[in-house]
Amino acid sequence: MPTSIAGDLSHPRDADDSALASVFAAYTVTATLWLLFATAIGVLLAYKFGAPDFAPGEWLTFGRLRPIHTNATFYGWASLALVGLAYYVAARSSGTRLYSVKLAWIGLILFNVAALAGTVALELGYNDGNLEYREWPWPIRLIFLGALLVTAWNLIGTVARRATEDIYLSNWYTIGGVLWTCIIAVVAILPWYQHGLGQVSVSGFYMHNAVGMWFTPLALGIFYYALPKLLNRPIYSYALGVFAFWTNLDFYPIIGAHHFLFSPLPWWLQTTAIVFSVAMLVPVLGGSANFLLTMRGRFRDMTHSYPLMFVFVGVIGYLVGSTQGTVEAFRSLQEVWHLTNFTVGHSHLTMYGFVTFAIWGGVYALLPVATGKAADQRGLALHFWMAVVGSFIYVISLSIGGTIQGLDWIAGRPFIQSVVDIQSYWVWRGIGGVLMFGSHVVFAWNVWRMCFGPSATAVQLAPSRSDGAPT
Amino acid sequence: MNKLLLIAGGSTLVYACLAVVMGVLPGIKLSATPAGPGVVPLTPLQAEGRDVYVANGCSYCHTQQVRPLDQDKAFGRPSAPGDFAYQTPELLGSQRTGPDLTNVGARQPSALWQYIHLYNPRAVVPESVMPAFDWMFDVVDQAPPGTTPVPLPGSYAPAKGVVVPGHRAEALVAYLLALRQPALPGAMDGHGGTADANGAAHARMPGAAASGTSAPTGVSLSADGKESAARGSALFTANCAACHQASGEGLPGAFPPLKGNAAVNDADPAVHIRAVMYGLQGAVIGGVTYSSPMPAFGATLGDAEIADIVNHERSSWGNHGSPVTAAQVAAERAKGK
Repeated sequence: MPTSIAGDLSHPRDADDSALASVFAAYTVTATLWLLFATAIGVLLAYKFGAPDFAPGEWLTFGRLRPIHTNATFYGWASLALVGLAYYVAARSSGTRLYSVKLAWIGLILFNVAALAGTVALELGYNDGNLEYREWPWPIRLIFLGALLVTAWNLIGTVARRATEDIYLSNWYTIGGVLWTCIIAVVAILPWYQHGLGQVSVSGFYMHNAVGMWFTPLALGIFYYALPKLLNRPIYSYALGVFAFWTNLDFYPIIGAHHFLFSPLPWWLQTTAIVFSVAMLVPVLGGSANFLLTMRGRFRDMTHSYPLMFVFVGVIGYLVGSTQGTVEAFRSLQEVWHLTNFTVGHSHLTMYGFVTFAIWGGVYALLPVATGKAADQRGLALHFWMAVVGSFIYVISLSIGGTIQGLDWIAGRPFIQSVVDIQSYWVWRGIGGVLMFGSHVVFAWNVWRMCFGPSATAVQLAPSRSDGAPT
Repeated sequence: MNKLLLIAGGSTLVYACLAVVMGVLPGIKLSATPAGPGVVPLTPLQAEGRDVYVANGCSYCHTQQVRPLDQDKAFGRPSAPGDFAYQTPELLGSQRTGPDLTNVGARQPSALWQYIHLYNPRAVVPESVMPAFDWMFDVVDQAPPGTTPVPLPGSYAPAKGVVVPGHRAEALVAYLLALRQPALPGAMDGHGGTADANGAAHARMPGAAASGTSAPTGVSLSADGKESAARGSALFTANCAACHQASGEGLPGAFPPLKGNAAVNDADPAVHIRAVMYGLQGAVIGGVTYSSPMPAFGATLGDAEIADIVNHERSSWGNHGSPVTAAQVAAERAKGK
């Protein structure tokens, strides 16, 4: 369903630019609203660990709000923001306009309707089996699948009319991520092979792939575009990026069962998952090295570019979080950390330290260019430091507290002792969480400025060095 | 266009194959896992209770998988593939903020306790951070015939009227009480420390927590009743305090006090030892009949551990029962129920 703008397909015009900017801005704005909502819920949940009788009753009970927090973060915030960025990157890196602006708007509506309906369903107690990250009732997940299909079609259509011979690497990751996630969504919905233990194996596959084949490739796609843009130099090694693409594709789908180590799943399945968790070091180290080497000799650029700082933290989050995932998969360490709050720290290190910082870096780098409106540097600074310090406190406190939990269990102490011993770390987690939420309020203000604020005279990506910004 | 087809189509084809191999095929194979011996489907009320469990996200804090690891022995025998035949959706969970519930119906068989705990967990476990599910209960002037009001401790009881469980609470408690692990064939006893479902040699020598049928080696331990009682303190917290409370005073009308309890202070420890080993129901203590069942700990605790608990109870809260030895516990075990 291409738009009816006549003329040369490969050359964007002013009207196309402004349509692309509107799409990018709309995805970012709705994503930001979901971020505020999801993390406000997160702060309330964190508070309940210290005051379980605070905000009592059916509608604010922990077990209903918890999946609302995770799903709104995943499918409201991160998905919408990443798709908005993917559209912008696809059109710009292909030197063309969007295949269909209309499809982009339809996708936006479908994503938001799914997230809204899913939230309401969970609040009413319609939880599809507490199966992590697929708790929304399946008809709602079909809406999400519809949004993915629309997005895939639109991204492919955009890249298909590229002005260049090559397809820029970012689009490999974003188009791949959207297409693979369509398959994940179908595998998760079909019921015929999901009885009892069979469903456990599907859950292992799903919960890891929903993260690693959706958020990871899209966030990496942003790195591959934003980093060269911010530094005004090409990616260190295109071939290494291609290599990381195929190895990530081959290894990641195999590691899901490491979420069920020591469970009654077949031992070979668990061992295979551990082996490939180690193999994941190949794309992770390859990818991280590629990003850091792209920055070689230019790390000082960060002193005057907050977008670059966000991207840098995202790269470090990717490196550290993913490596931690490999280490956690070893049986000897799972004995200590499995089922403890350590894993909650890990999931925040990856979804926040990596994916969310990648999104922020991308938005701050690209949205001002798209809209011609810039946010205040002080706003970026406040956002950056609150988010970094907050998430650092969050991850460190839960890592220590979770380790204590695991050691308490191994020492054979009464179970309730592990609840008592982690209490003070839950308080620190709450402090970190409040800082993180505060940074999101600042981010929302910055997004407002970038979308609806006064126009900047000139938006430059790399102020001190840019010599003619490439498209 | 060919390049795009190769990257998008090729990678998607690869991914589809991996999704079938790692997701669908194991799903097909494992979905056909037959039910283990003694594993039965839930009754309609229990199944309704499971739906309440899911609707309110209980498994975000409670696992239902016992690993073949020492630290999981407190929760039952290692889970076996056949245990999950009727469990769709699966509720293995990923967090153990609260204890594992695989075998909670056997570990905590008292419906009364479950109701009090559900109404407000802190009424029986002061350190608990579990939400209160008081909204699943009704406050009425008088309990309808055939319904037992929930005997809440003073500060948790409503100012006026009595608390009775609503339908969701009844279904949920019916489900929780149905969570009992059937014994595995070939297991040495109910504890099943040797039954490793995965065939992995992972049974380490138990440390402080001796396994169920360890030989009565407590003779040397019995030399010092005080030392035994000190060890029993942690065991008491883990196994007994939820009902009898850290104060030893129990909960009036629900769980009997151990403080000043005649059997606990009796010179002959047989009744006391046998209560811990074989459980108790319908006993009259201090003129009050207690109908809630007390679970039997003989299968999960060794003789020395039972002696430690008994000694802790006999020397705490002003009690002055004579200390017992593991040998005495072994003698009661030998007599049978």
